Amino acid sequence: MRAFVLISFALCVGSCSNLGVKPWERGTLAREDMALDSSPMQTAFDDHIYFSKEASSGGRGFAGGGCGCN
Amino acid sequence: MKKTSKKRDISLALTAAAGALLGNTAQAGLLDYDLGGDDWDAEAAFMLYSESDSRVSAIAPAVQLTRTIDTDETLTLRFTLDSLTGASPSGAVQSNNAQTFTGPSGGGSYTVAAGQTPLDDSFKDTRVAVNAGWTRPWGEQYTLTLGGNVSKEYDYLSLGGSARIARDFNQKNTTLSAGISLANDTISPVGGTPVAFGPIKTVDADTSETKTSGDESKIVTDVLFGLTQVIDRNSVFQLSLGLSQTDGYQNDPYKLVSVVDANGDPVISDAASNLSMALFENRPDSRTRQSIYAQYKRNINGSVLDTSYRYMQDDWEIKSHTLDFSYRMPFGGGWWQPRVRFYAQDAAEFYTPYFQEGSQPTVGSNDSYASADYRLGSMETTTVGLSYGRDGDRPWHVTLEYYLQSPEEPDNKIGALENLTLTPEMSATILRLNIDL
Repeated sequence: MRAFVLISFALCVGSCSNLGVKPWERGTLAREDMALDSSPMQTAFDDHIYFSKEASSGGRGFAGGGCGCN
Repeated sequence: MKKTSKKRDISLALTAAAGALLGNTAQAGLLDYDLGGDDWDAEAAFMLYSESDSRVSAIAPAVQLTRTIDTDETLTLRFTLDSLTGASPSGAVQSNNAQTFTGPSGGGSYTVAAGQTPLDDSFKDTRVAVNAGWTRPWGEQYTLTLGGNVSKEYDYLSLGGSARIARDFNQKNTTLSAGISLANDTISPVGGTPVAFGPIKTVDADTSETKTSGDESKIVTDVLFGLTQVIDRNSVFQLSLGLSQTDGYQNDPYKLVSVVDANGDPVISDAASNLSMALFENRPDSRTRQSIYAQYKRNINGSVLDTSYRYMQDDWEIKSHTLDFSYRMPFGGGWWQPRVRFYAQDAAEFYTPYFQEGSQPTVGSNDSYASADYRLGSMETTTVGLSYGRDGDRPWHVTLEYYLQSPEEPDNKIGALENLTLTPEMSATILRLNIDL
């Protein structure tokens, strides 16, 4: 698994080097609504609900421990 | 200017409140920072969660304080209060007859009407959670994020810490990260920890053979590898691989598995009190999970498309798929954002909706596993929602969501169970409000 992760990341770093923008082209990407998590508090509420009601958690962030939720 | 000073007042008040929660020493520290002229940004959020059929309701206010120390260094503190009432399915099956059960502490009994899903309404809990995060540059190329969290309920305590390091490449167009998180959870079940497959007892019965005293605990270790890639001026992509290992007590000490006879009717364990025979569940004490998460975000003429997919599998043989889409559209001085989420999971290998009499493990069989918790069964869920928000000096947004859980009904049900619903649908309405203070 570890080897797989390292290899896939290495491939990605190599092939992704053609992607991207110049520093002065970041206007849109810097917008708050373009952040990967544009509302962390909302995400935290969401994670808590789905952690309590479904058998999967984490993925986006740490699965973690949490609560004895019913 | 007036707005700024009001904003500052609120920040101060919240900082003081946060300080009070953290204890006097911390309070002094926080106030010092604030009076020293540095700014804490505060965001408040409030959630109302309400399930159909008088199941669980929750009210959860939360406050998040963020202090930008330097351009690239931030400290975040989040306080959440989570107040729950209502009832959740106990795991026992429906019956054509009224059934009697005892609550977790054995202190009381309750009757469930014929054709109704047995719900355990004895829980009423308040959870308090504090999360802290500190992000700062480390050397020229790295960013370090340290996190800590505490979550406390009446019968549950979770303590966790995490560290994550990220490095930028290709003019910050590519970011690789690796992180680890450790959590130590302790549970002190009300009425004692049930012995595996021990039966519920009548109110006055001796439970010394079916309950043990003392706390139970588990340790959750997570490792997460991430890749973020800017694709062009308008789009960005993220990929995460996660590994998670849980060791220790993972039973839900309040969940039951019914024992039914050959006709599908619950076995009565005590004729005088008409008590149904229901056994406490038992799950493996180890669980290993793997996940892959991919997210793609794109600006389309000022609107933002956010899509993500997660696949997760574990050695309990649960596999799940999660798809999430939202689309944020500017409108007037604000924005609208519809959202839809689909989730599907397979059942854990030991998911057991009920035992037929004679097939149940003997009391104390720690190496046998069974749970009738529908959350370990096969199910699909759908969430649809709509948000409206305003930008500006004090941005806010409100979200209304509808969540529908559709568990798969077990097949080959015996006798009377054939005409009963063991895993009913559940829906919930969720209202959220976020305000930057």
